[in-house]
Amino acid sequence: MNQINVLTKGFIKENPILVLVLGTCPTLATTSSSMNGMGMGIATTFVLVGSNVVISMLADLIPDKVRIPAFVVIIASFVTIVDLLMQAYVPGLYDKLGIFIPLIVVNCIVLGRAEAFASKNSVFSSMLDGLGMGLGFTMALGVLGAFREIVGSGSIFGFKFIPGDGILIFILAPGAFIALGYLIALINKIKKA
Amino acid sequence: MAKTESTFKNMVLSLTLISLAASASLGFVYQFTKKPIELSNLNKKLTAIRQVVPEFNNNPDKEMYRLPTGDGDSLDIYPARKNDEIVGYAVNTFTKKGFSGNINLMAGFKPDGTIFNISVLEHKETPGLGSKMNDPAFRNQFNDKNPTSFELKVKKDGGPVDAITAATISSRAFCDAVSRAYVTLQKGGKK
Amino acid sequence: MEYILIIISAVFINNVVLAQFLGICPFLGVSNKVETALGMTGAVTFVIVLATMVTYLVQTYVLDKLGIAFMQTITFILVIAALVQMVEIILKKVSKSLYQALGIFLPLITTNCAVLGVAILVIKKDYNLIQGVVFGASTAIGFGLALVILAGIREQLELADIPKGMKGVPISLIIAGILAMAFMGFTGIVK
Repeated sequence: MNQINVLTKGFIKENPILVLVLGTCPTLATTSSSMNGMGMGIATTFVLVGSNVVISMLADLIPDKVRIPAFVVIIASFVTIVDLLMQAYVPGLYDKLGIFIPLIVVNCIVLGRAEAFASKNSVFSSMLDGLGMGLGFTMALGVLGAFREIVGSGSIFGFKFIPGDGILIFILAPGAFIALGYLIALINKIKKA
Repeated sequence: MAKTESTFKNMVLSLTLISLAASASLGFVYQFTKKPIELSNLNKKLTAIRQVVPEFNNNPDKEMYRLPTGDGDSLDIYPARKNDEIVGYAVNTFTKKGFSGNINLMAGFKPDGTIFNISVLEHKETPGLGSKMNDPAFRNQFNDKNPTSFELKVKKDGGPVDAITAATISSRAFCDAVSRAYVTLQKGGKK
Repeated sequence: MEYILIIISAVFINNVVLAQFLGICPFLGVSNKVETALGMTGAVTFVIVLATMVTYLVQTYVLDKLGIAFMQTITFILVIAALVQMVEIILKKVSKSLYQALGIFLPLITTNCAVLGVAILVIKKDYNLIQGVVFGASTAIGFGLALVILAGIREQLELADIPKGMKGVPISLIIAGILAMAFMGFTGIVK
């Protein structure tokens, strides 16, 4: 398979959130600002790349029947590593993302890629696949976070450029659902056109 | 390389090996990040304390002690000293009367009980309404006031505190937390 | 009283789906029909209560005792996965009819982040075992409530004229947003 295609298919064509609609929980929960959304995206990308690489290396050694539990252990290890590293070096962001860092382990994207791609492909293309999917995820989170932050608090990356409060509902729970709904509808429209 | 078959022995063996490798690498990362995590937690606490009491040069975290409140809970008190002389107390206080959940504050008092500064550690109030308790406009009205003469009540309840517009409950809760800190500190005595 | 607070807060105020964003995948996936929504709710309630109990005991008597709390994520997810498998096997043997009703939902539950989320939240909030179980059960009820409401609306939607691009996920998300707004009205009912 074309390596560049492996990397870029996660950006738009098979974007995990906007097209495959996987991993919606962290998407909605952590995009109240662009910073949080990007942070979550990068943490997930790290886990995706790490678990994809290790799983593609071990795929032949793991018997089929215990495949899923073995994958889950590997993914959970990477999640814990991210958890500890963030706690140590970016405590501010860690506090904001809170429970959603350990919950990367049940993010359907990670196990989905392990099962659908990494277990069947070479180490290098698995790494590219993880990176591509992770970046696609990060992009979607960044866009959604930026939109909600601009509309909801009149700022971007914490830099305020519209005075006043903004349309608060967008940084609250309902805004998350509505913004993601319209974003997916938009992508549907573009894809069909 | 041939695919490993799903015999019982292979399954047990591969799962055991993977779990062992996972635990070993996690143990390593844990050891490696333990110190930085402790340090960043301590820094978080010290930054909060530094905001609410006058300049100090001891380690308030080491001298922390607990005082019981009237209703069965207890609060953490951090004494701040400069050259061994007490310059203030930071009290980690809370209230359960918030609009949506507990509010956690760090309230700083001078030795005579005057409020030096207050900072909000954690809250779940409505963004844009109750969350404004973190704005200096609301918080600063407490600074340099002594609760003996400055009753910790919002104007609606007959006190002097200007409540946040459309968030009287949050303002009331804020007062409740500060007054809990003040009463506990006065009653419990100082070290 | 304390338990009533936990229940009301978990079902309405901090509704697991509409305010905490846990368990969105099944929320969107199985909310086509009220009947399937009810089945999913049953399965989730069962697993959440069981998982909360087991993970609580594991955390208190194994992880904390050995000082390896950092292994929390990995242990919890394995415990949940094993539990789901066990429930599936037992159901198959004991009650055919119950297995037929809940069976197809069980494999989906392992990756339902509400289950792991609740297990971690119980530890984070320092609940005791009973509080934890009450919290788990009421979270599941909250999940069911949101799921059934959405399913009811989506059944009606099939008759509505929706723009092409909005069909399916987008319109469900927007409805969920409006529901979340309605649920926000519950904040502040517990003082």
